[in-house]
Amino acid sequence: MHLLLAILRRLAWAAGLLVAVLAINFMLIHAAPGDPASVIAGEMGGGDEAVMASIKKAYGLDQPLPVQFVTYIGKSMRGDLGQSYTYNRPVSGLILDRIGPTILLVLTALLIAIVAGTLLGVFASRRPDSFASAAVTVLSLIGYAMPVFWTGILLVILFGKVWPIMPIAGMRDVRQFGVGGWPAVVDVLHHLVLPALTLTIVYLAQYSRLARASMLEVLGSDYIRTARAKGLSEWVVTFKHALRNALMPVVTIAGLQFGHLISGAVLVETVFSWPGLGTLALEAILGRDYPTLLGVLTFSSILVIAANLLTDLSYRWIDPRLRGK
Amino acid sequence: MSTIDRRHLLQAGAALTAGSIFGIPLDVAAQAAKGGVLVIGSTQSPRHLNSAVQSGVATMMPAAQLFASPIRMDKNWKPQPYLAESWTLSPDNRSVSLVLRKDAVFHDGRPVTAEDVKFSIETIRDNHPFKTMYGPVNAVTISDARTAVIRLSEPHPAVLLAMSTSLTPIIPKHIFGDGTDVKIHPRNANPIGSGPFKLVEFKPGEYIIMERFDRFFLKDQPKLDRVIVRLFKDSSSLLLAFERGEVDVHLAVTDPRELERVRKTPGAVVVKGAAPAIGPLIWLAFNTKSPKLADKRVRQAINFAVDKQYILNTILGGINTRSTGPLTSGSPFYTGDVEKYELNLAKATKLLDDAGLKPGANGVRLTLDLDSIPGSADQKTIQEYLKQSLTKIGVEVNLRQSPDFPSWARRVASLQFDMTLDSVWNWGDPVIGVHRTWLSSNIKPGVIWSNTQSYSNPKVDEWLAAAGQEMNLAKRKELYKQVQKTVVEDCPVAFLYEQTFYEAYAAKVVNPPAGIWGLTDGLNESALKA
Repeated sequence: MHLLLAILRRLAWAAGLLVAVLAINFMLIHAAPGDPASVIAGEMGGGDEAVMASIKKAYGLDQPLPVQFVTYIGKSMRGDLGQSYTYNRPVSGLILDRIGPTILLVLTALLIAIVAGTLLGVFASRRPDSFASAAVTVLSLIGYAMPVFWTGILLVILFGKVWPIMPIAGMRDVRQFGVGGWPAVVDVLHHLVLPALTLTIVYLAQYSRLARASMLEVLGSDYIRTARAKGLSEWVVTFKHALRNALMPVVTIAGLQFGHLISGAVLVETVFSWPGLGTLALEAILGRDYPTLLGVLTFSSILVIAANLLTDLSYRWIDPRLRGK
Repeated sequence: MSTIDRRHLLQAGAALTAGSIFGIPLDVAAQAAKGGVLVIGSTQSPRHLNSAVQSGVATMMPAAQLFASPIRMDKNWKPQPYLAESWTLSPDNRSVSLVLRKDAVFHDGRPVTAEDVKFSIETIRDNHPFKTMYGPVNAVTISDARTAVIRLSEPHPAVLLAMSTSLTPIIPKHIFGDGTDVKIHPRNANPIGSGPFKLVEFKPGEYIIMERFDRFFLKDQPKLDRVIVRLFKDSSSLLLAFERGEVDVHLAVTDPRELERVRKTPGAVVVKGAAPAIGPLIWLAFNTKSPKLADKRVRQAINFAVDKQYILNTILGGINTRSTGPLTSGSPFYTGDVEKYELNLAKATKLLDDAGLKPGANGVRLTLDLDSIPGSADQKTIQEYLKQSLTKIGVEVNLRQSPDFPSWARRVASLQFDMTLDSVWNWGDPVIGVHRTWLSSNIKPGVIWSNTQSYSNPKVDEWLAAAGQEMNLAKRKELYKQVQKTVVEDCPVAFLYEQTFYEAYAAKVVNPPAGIWGLTDGLNESALKA
């Protein structure tokens, strides 16, 4: 009952938040100079007054801003995100097309980073002053400190040019268009390696540092001494008793990061021409494609809210003490 | 590697007897096998594929594969039959009658009729951004199922060029004539035409997959099974994909360092000066309405203080062409007989003195803002260079950057600038891409690439109006010569350079399109080596 109430309360909050987000986004994007008609004319190599006016009319941009706003809110409440100005197709379709690749990329990177980072952190915390521990810390910090696009470009040069064993752009080999089944899965995974690795390198440092610090803290506590005194093996002490408690901050950060799905992936998607939501958002900004950008932002707000909800739920799962509250 | 200059290619093409041109064996045509997949790499992502309502290379390149046009232009700017078997111009030059082939069908099997031609030309006239292309078309009438007559309000010398591949796709009336505004028609993303290839799938920002149309009206064409356009987010990954052989064709190499790498790619063939009809010019535009720049001597002085050779050779690595006036050097109406404004600081200083601009206490005569189109590293470097050069004649320059294209376009179109670097393209006939910049009637605040210099010279207006209706080639050429000389003398812009297009092909590609539109023309004859 508690759980249900908590979820319902969250959802009510979320609805209010969404409307606010919509309003702020709408105002922000209309504050940017230039309009879609000028971008479309720019892409066409020129235009004239009548053409620009008719583009504006076709997209309803000739209406006063408040009218456009009310129309937009009304439509979004009914689940209609509108038509993209740039691509002239429903925004919901564009987002659905792009969400899969982004989730695949970010989830792969996050999972590897969480598992590998936590293990590295645990390993480093066992002997915090050893050389190996220092090496883990230094390497992961280097990965974290490098700008993500630079890491990506280095990997592209290394595995695309010096030792060309990996595809460097896109999600599929276009020459194999129409091929399905296992070969297609292998093809996608092959294309996934470099972008996912790039993103993992960035995330890894946070998790290994976090796991190390919180393991160190937990390992110093009394109940660990008790566990050891009981004669439990070091393995059980570390993974069953210590790690479980040390995981809380890791989960918190993972939840936050999942919410930042799009902003985190935009650079990686650009470097690797990965057909995800991040690049869609970027193109929408440059093209002043208001409906698409608003659609992506709305969608990512929903994602942030959902991620937070899931994080809260997983706290309860990890820490039984929270279940009663 | 080997580089072919387009002009040389033309000359060589006239005499196909020699054993090889530039190391490419001439019997490649014989070796060309039927079939195969050709992948074109591009950084230009189209909005949709209907070139009747959208110009720009991004849309025109795939559209030229999907749609056939009444006419194709060959490499010598001569119209050749395509969907139209023949055409006749009436003696008063006020109507053109087109006779269509019997055997042309759309990808859904329906025949291409005069109705479709009427519908297409009227749609283009009413929606295409190049208004002047069919501006004089009063109506298109239908004599019989295969004959359409274009009725003109005045003689229109550009009408045949306008009907060529990239500019006039014949779109099916039974699909696009359903009453929906064609500009936002849902089928623009999934169109059918009567061209050599039909669309399989278009994923915006990712790829366009096209497949041979078996009922294409030309015998034994096209040769390829599939043409795939792969869209890249940036030019360096496109280049790498070309080097790795993932991409067979690089649509346009523009950077000197990238060109060097393409040339080093084993087997790669580089075509210099491809698509001369497109003709991009890069210039320094002056806002002649700004009180500081209203005196033409000031503009000329700035022009004389800019070393175009330095820009061409040092900044741009010598891969582009000097631009001398409003027409590109590839145009049949081009003249090089104009003031070239070669670097001359003494002359520049004297012009400023004459204009009454004396140096102030700190040596500064004049302070001006300078904008540039965002997103191009070259333009930024040129901007920096201009600032330094102009300091030498006492003109202080404030560099202004815009965060993205719409911000810049807004600034320039609303005439809130002193000087800006700009890139304006010729698009085939002067009526289409040239008149717009210099006609005083096209000073239209809010519209980018109209006459944003606010340039006005009644003589130029008069000559342009005459040239736009002159059917005699020699007379028309003479009129444009006057225009070029006068515009250069009045100096509403300082002409810097022409961007030369370099298309790059993998060794296995034979017979790439060689007409005036380059790759924005059909790949009908192109094939892969057996």
